[in-house]
Amino acid sequence: MPIPIAPILGIFADNVRKRGSVLPLSKRTATGWARGLNLPRGGKTVLYTGHMYQMVPAIDAMSFQLSLLENSFLTRFFGIGRLVNKFISLSFFMGLTASPKKQRHSDQVLRDIVELLRGAGVEFGYLYEDEFYAGALLYDDGLDDAFGEHARRVTAHLKKLGVRRLITVDPHTTKMFRQAYPHFVKDFDIEVVNYLEVLAEKHPPAVAAVSGEVVVHDSCVYARYENISEQPRELLRAAGLSVREPKLSGKATHCCGGPLESLFPAEAHRISGNRVDQLEAQGKNVVTMCPFCWVNLTKAAKDRLVVNDIATTLAACRRQAASRPAPAETAKPRVLQAGGAD
Amino acid sequence: MVSRVNPGFRREIAKLGADERGTSEFNAEACFNCGTCTALCPLGYQILPRKLFHEVRLGLEDKIRAEIPQIFSCLLCRMCEENCPQGVHITENMRILRYLINRQEFGLK
Repeated sequence: MPIPIAPILGIFADNVRKRGSVLPLSKRTATGWARGLNLPRGGKTVLYTGHMYQMVPAIDAMSFQLSLLENSFLTRFFGIGRLVNKFISLSFFMGLTASPKKQRHSDQVLRDIVELLRGAGVEFGYLYEDEFYAGALLYDDGLDDAFGEHARRVTAHLKKLGVRRLITVDPHTTKMFRQAYPHFVKDFDIEVVNYLEVLAEKHPPAVAAVSGEVVVHDSCVYARYENISEQPRELLRAAGLSVREPKLSGKATHCCGGPLESLFPAEAHRISGNRVDQLEAQGKNVVTMCPFCWVNLTKAAKDRLVVNDIATTLAACRRQAASRPAPAETAKPRVLQAGGAD
Repeated sequence: MVSRVNPGFRREIAKLGADERGTSEFNAEACFNCGTCTALCPLGYQILPRKLFHEVRLGLEDKIRAEIPQIFSCLLCRMCEENCPQGVHITENMRILRYLINRQEFGLK
């Protein structure tokens, strides 16, 4: 039997209503990435993670467990699972099996984003445990009643905290606040900008100390919903990298399969495999911009590709450029190592 | 083969799209069945989305019910919508169908 849709969606809706997120995270998982960064609490402008990077390792673990159950007789008991989940958060326990390595990766991406924004002179705060999941999975799966309630709750909370401007870090949270919230929340007037837009607007000076080549994988949501496809290329070029385009890129980008992970894992793997073939034809060093794209392509590529988030790549270039030797010795640009991060 | 037709289905779904949630209207009417969406779909499903919208226009509720797994497997990646010559809100239409199924079939709110 395929994975039954209704109980899984029911668990998502129940979790958001009872626990504030489709996949509740511990305070440590949600906010631990910011430890030691001395980010001011709150403020009018805040960096808003929407828990997406932090949540992806848990979603990946859950999706792996679901893929083991796909087409087994155990799927008949998912209805009971939903009932139990109302009292004990099963999804929280499933999330505990998340890969620590992937969790560290997600945390590092967020820290790299902070480094890049600070490097560009942007001032912002962070809400820590006052930040909530934005509701993307509810919206995409058509759970509009639960989504609407959640969106109104999140907005009221942000207004109570005096937040006027959000700097989002992933495509799904950006889309929620810019395209979905205004339909569901009366007079939604919080300004929403994405960190790639903020960085690109600062027109970072070109760096000559780094060279290298990356293949860009655009997020469907950034490219086709949010019109963010030029900014990442501009930033990569300014960081000293040359950008290679796969067969389908920019507005015509190919999905990574991520949206199907929770309900149709086998199909998600087929699609991510197709995308890996397209990316590999252009090179080994791939840059992604979305936590779901990163986790899916990393999994599908195994050792065929080195997949890095754009923030990690840009921050690595910045560090390499900062550590460059005296001008007389910089005639030959340094080659960015596969993997990007120092 | 005989199919049951619900003539009010189109209006019912349009109401769901336009009134109750305040989001975009279900605009399957604009589809002229050219097949660009089907040709570009990364999933390669024949059903999505043109045949599905055709069934909505005809009020073939039972057929739509039979397509529930396909409706929920749409990636919402917008590859089809970006290239639709008629400007059909394909992804929003899919979401509205999901909303309808969640409420009417799954009892989810």
